[in-house]
Amino acid sequence: MFRRTGSVSTRTAIEPARLRVRWLVAGVAAVVLVTIVSVSIGPIRINPWGVFLQLLDEIPGVHLNTGLSPRDSAVVTELRLPRVCLGLLVGSMLALAGGCYQGIFRNPLADPYLLGVAAGAGLGATAAIAAQHAFAVLPAAGGSGTPYAIPLAAFVGALIAVALTYAVGAGGSRYRSPATLILAGVAVSAFFTAGQSFLQQKYVETIREVYSWIMGRLTTAGWHDVLLLLPYVVVTGIVILSQRRQLDVMAVGDEEAESLGAHPRRTRLILVLAASLGTAAAVSVSGLIGFVGIIVPHAVRLMAGSSYRVILPLSALFGAAFLALADLGARTLMSPNEIPIGVVTAFFGAPFFVIVMRTSRRV
Amino acid sequence: MTAAVMVRDVAVTLDRTPILTGIDLDVATGEWVTIIGPNGAGKSTLLKAIGGLLAHTGSVELFGESLTTLSRRERARVVATVAQTPIVPPGIPVLDYVLLGRTPYIAPLGRESRTDIDAANDVLSSLDLHRFGGRQLESLSGGEKQRVFLARALAQGANLLLLDEPTSALDIGHQQDVLELVDGLRRDRGLTVLATMHDLSIAGEYADRMVLLADGRVAASGRPAEVLTEDLLAQHYRARVRVLPGEQGPLVVPVRQLP
Repeated sequence: MFRRTGSVSTRTAIEPARLRVRWLVAGVAAVVLVTIVSVSIGPIRINPWGVFLQLLDEIPGVHLNTGLSPRDSAVVTELRLPRVCLGLLVGSMLALAGGCYQGIFRNPLADPYLLGVAAGAGLGATAAIAAQHAFAVLPAAGGSGTPYAIPLAAFVGALIAVALTYAVGAGGSRYRSPATLILAGVAVSAFFTAGQSFLQQKYVETIREVYSWIMGRLTTAGWHDVLLLLPYVVVTGIVILSQRRQLDVMAVGDEEAESLGAHPRRTRLILVLAASLGTAAAVSVSGLIGFVGIIVPHAVRLMAGSSYRVILPLSALFGAAFLALADLGARTLMSPNEIPIGVVTAFFGAPFFVIVMRTSRRV
Repeated sequence: MTAAVMVRDVAVTLDRTPILTGIDLDVATGEWVTIIGPNGAGKSTLLKAIGGLLAHTGSVELFGESLTTLSRRERARVVATVAQTPIVPPGIPVLDYVLLGRTPYIAPLGRESRTDIDAANDVLSSLDLHRFGGRQLESLSGGEKQRVFLARALAQGANLLLLDEPTSALDIGHQQDVLELVDGLRRDRGLTVLATMHDLSIAGEYADRMVLLADGRVAASGRPAEVLTEDLLAQHYRARVRVLPGEQGPLVVPVRQLP
């Protein structure tokens, strides 16, 4: 028979699972460490301590003697740091969006491309590349020859695809489930991918360039790309992180969440908008880098806990470090040639994930 | 005394199919009313309508306040629901699950206060669940889980408990344990209980009154002895039963009729 016992005052109160400081410190340390290592390694080796001082020197109001030559200092600030920062931003955004999608759809297989972002961006980028080849009218600008038309077209294509998915999957009857939205994403993705394949077949000379974009790359990164992406990551990241407790509430299902006073449909809409916008911005400058959005949140979940108040902030930090590290591998493993970063994320990410999965107590 | 629940002419239609029609129901404060009826009668739908989880026509008042005038958060402080098969989020510790019950007291962008954490700990202690607080909910047995589901509902601080088949997944001993626990809480905390149940004998032992739903309408209501009759059960369940007098209420025994 169950007994009703005394108040908690006679016992030690149990504390809820929270983001532990040691994990937060580990995430920040990983970002800083990967940044220093990535900036140090390249055709010209640069002293990591000098890099660290140079990074501190970049903080407004801080002036340090870094000990780096003007050439090394220029390599750090103008060549390597923008690329590393872009990797950090893209990795952070993809991991955050992946964790967010897994929460709002209560689906462990959800990734940032679930609602058609990848297919939409792919069609947009392919259309831009094909148009350049067919008409040679779109301007190719940017110091390193980056055609801004491609990121812009990818961004617009991604947003159109997600808007279409939401219109098809969430419209009509109020009884539609989140699964309907996922199925709509599958249909829209198939439709956009068909369009992309058609364009590739029609303009076969674009295949190599399109393929290179699809595999993802940070090779053309400059500060311009970083500044272009930064506001999207900051704003959408704040929106997603602000809803992290609501994601925990939604884990019990829409109906129970409503009975608890939550507003799951509204939360889902806000988060889909934020995660899709951030992902669209990220892929428009980096191409379709896979694996980060699904593997990082799961690794964090296995290591640090299942609450989205833990998963989301740590995914942002470890996603950033993971992608920057993958980019280091992409540009150094077969130097002077570069490996597509998507290959590196999958090649090294998959075994790492398996190790975490096999050794974690939470599986 | 204000009625805890007052339902008037409530109708629910899902996908153009009428599920409930012209439902009137009153539950007094502190009363335990159990809704019975055959599969598909609309029992769970009625609970959801009263809990504000389904669109309906007609009126529902909870403790004198119309359901339509209450915000979601206000409503969740008045009525707590335990679903028939609650979803257990993977990996969630018991205390964190119970803390979800404090959602109506936490701002949408806020976090739990010390008061919320203490309230959840108090509920765990009062249900003798404190030792499970740090364990993952999915690792508990069926009976223990059911108590945790109740604990989350109690953490809401609501005076009306809606229980949808609270004992359907439990063996007979755990069924009695859970229902005794609910009855004790009802007496200790002055809660009002509105439940749906399939086991008619057990339902009759705990309820003050019963409502028999059939084809989306109220077919009978009253004290258990008035509702649990061989004629009514034969008519609406198409069941051959004997109703025997019991210590706490009528006992319904299925009887096989050989050809």
